[in-house]
Amino acid sequence: MNLHADPAAFAEPDDGIAKGAVLLEIRNISLAFGGVKALTDISFNVRKGEIRAIIGPNGAGKTSMLNVVNGFYTPQKGSITFRGRERRAMKPHHAVGQGIARTFQNVALFKGMSTLDNIMAGRSVMMKRNILWQMIWHGPALKEEIAHREVVEEIIDFLEIQHIRHTPVGKLPYGLQKRVELGRALAMEPSLLLLDEPMAGMNLEEKEDMSRFILDVNQQRGTTIALIEHDMGVVMDLSDRVVVLDYGKIIADGAPDQVKNDQGVIDAYLGVPH
Amino acid sequence: MLYRTAGQFKTSYAEDHALFPVRQDAMLLGVILLFAFVILPLTASAFTFQALLIPVLIYALAALGLNILTGYAGQLSLGTGAFMGVGAYACYKLITIFPELNIFLAIALSGFFSAGTGVLFGLPSLRIKGFYLAIATLAAQFFLVWLFQKWGWLYNYSSSGAIQVPNIEMFGVTVTGPRASDLVQYYFVLVVVCLVTWLAINITRGRIGRMWKAVRDMDIAAELVGINLMRAKLTAFFVSSYIVGVSGALFVFMWRGAAEANLFDISLSFRVLFIAIIGGLGSILGNYLGAFLIVALPVVIGAVPAAFGIPISSSTVEHLNVMTIGALIIAFLILEPHGLARLWAIIREKLVLWPFPH
Ligand SMILES: Nc1ncnc2c1ncn2[C@@H]1O[C@H](COP(=O)(O)OP(=O)(O)OP(=O)(O)O)[C@@H](O)[C@H]1O
Ligand SMILES: [Mg+2]
Repeated sequence: MNLHADPAAFAEPDDGIAKGAVLLEIRNISLAFGGVKALTDISFNVRKGEIRAIIGPNGAGKTSMLNVVNGFYTPQKGSITFRGRERRAMKPHHAVGQGIARTFQNVALFKGMSTLDNIMAGRSVMMKRNILWQMIWHGPALKEEIAHREVVEEIIDFLEIQHIRHTPVGKLPYGLQKRVELGRALAMEPSLLLLDEPMAGMNLEEKEDMSRFILDVNQQRGTTIALIEHDMGVVMDLSDRVVVLDYGKIIADGAPDQVKNDQGVIDAYLGVPH
Repeated sequence: MLYRTAGQFKTSYAEDHALFPVRQDAMLLGVILLFAFVILPLTASAFTFQALLIPVLIYALAALGLNILTGYAGQLSLGTGAFMGVGAYACYKLITIFPELNIFLAIALSGFFSAGTGVLFGLPSLRIKGFYLAIATLAAQFFLVWLFQKWGWLYNYSSSGAIQVPNIEMFGVTVTGPRASDLVQYYFVLVVVCLVTWLAINITRGRIGRMWKAVRDMDIAAELVGINLMRAKLTAFFVSSYIVGVSGALFVFMWRGAAEANLFDISLSFRVLFIAIIGGLGSILGNYLGAFLIVALPVVIGAVPAAFGIPISSSTVEHLNVMTIGALIIAFLILEPHGLARLWAIIREKLVLWPFPH
């Protein structure tokens, strides 16, 4: 039985990729909506164990890039190689099945469900008891439920959201919703975590908390993270490598310091025409 | 202090998963069950059984079925009446073809026929949502009632076009047909309803219930956590239609005694939908509260003026009833979309704090 109930499950996800090797390879991806070119010939990679930031001005194509990676959008050109397996296009269930979890720019939680249920939902695919066991409840179904509940409670403790465990998430302030959404993604025990502006709309204190969680997830669990963020301070502090998009093209890719001083990047952010 | 939660601490997740983490809830249920199984049967008149108790239970069951689909999985259906009909006709054919079949088993099996029909007519839900899906289920409603009328085999080619429930015995006791006693039929329905409710509670509180609610609240995110939308929706149609089908079989075999096609027309669908809405979408308890309200209302409207010696015609009762139900629906949709179940939850919260509101 594969219940992942023991805390050891939080050790590095076993995806058969050595730390520092390429986990995700994006090659020559192009994506257009009608006449709008959202992405043009994008190539970059994400290494196992790193925090990779994707930055760029509004409308640069950052969210579209994540949507391609987790299979919401099908690119017209290019390929994606994840954990050594090449695909022309991901499908959402491939992405989930292979261990890609994500959060959204505009929180996509199950509004009518409690914090606990939202995070438990992240473990849906790992729960196997069929409808007949569910109907009887007592016995295997309950046992499975409790085993997963224990893992979820650890995530709840880790994110310090014990007090809102039973609150419907629709009633929570935005900052906490973002935290719950991170919890749901963590519950999937992903090997690649995609975060779309995890700190948007947060105050300084909330941002510091969230930064700490992201770093802890990366360091303690060895989860590889690709994140989109507008706050440059946060990006510089958190990320190992940064890729910069502008008008759907890559204009820089490298270490944070290097990118920060790149003239092309500075121009893009200042809106210098080109 | 009716509801004291103080001092009731949970020391394990198993206890937190108990149906009634608060002791008073379990006691309240105990009292209700005592009434349902002992006190009411001892005291109720034939009229109470026929006009109140049996229909409340059957309507509550139908609403529970609909609620799984609409309240939990977020798929609107206007075909409940027809699916009840599928259960009823299936049961009728089963006992015609297999006269030796135990009636309890026949009713349990007939649910599978409506479950299958439900999945079939639920297929469009994989493509369309909300209003358009409602229209698709409406088409099912009209098609099935038409079929009940035209397909003579279903009613054994009887000249009236109606089905007549025969006397059927179970363990030497007549449970259906003209010779069955109210008490026996009441107990039969009560046992089935309790059993199905328990199973429904179990399904909705675990993985599958979460899966349905996730699809209801945000299908894109549900897909993202690996929930198979097709499977989630079709299991909801299956389970929902199964329960609705069983309620339809009970409706005819344990209450009406006879039926023709138009018994299952759109007004029955709406009646069940109103019960689910007034009771509270996404709740199990609400179906009972809603059914009680809808079934008891005309009885009360008819009885109260009479008790004061005011003559009231049956057509006036009918008009008053329809107007009141309409007003209630509007009031609930605007003021308390989560229905009576939510009102009870609020009262319960107040009782937990009472008499110290802070
Ligand atoms: N589903 C879609 N249909 C049509 N156009 C789209 C769609 N999704 C994105 N686009 C377009 O693609 C371009 C890139 O959008 P995207 O959301 O990826 O930008 P972004 O970098 O995430 O911006 P922001 O910082 O504002 O979130 C925009 O011009 C946008 O209008
Ligand atoms: Mg974006």
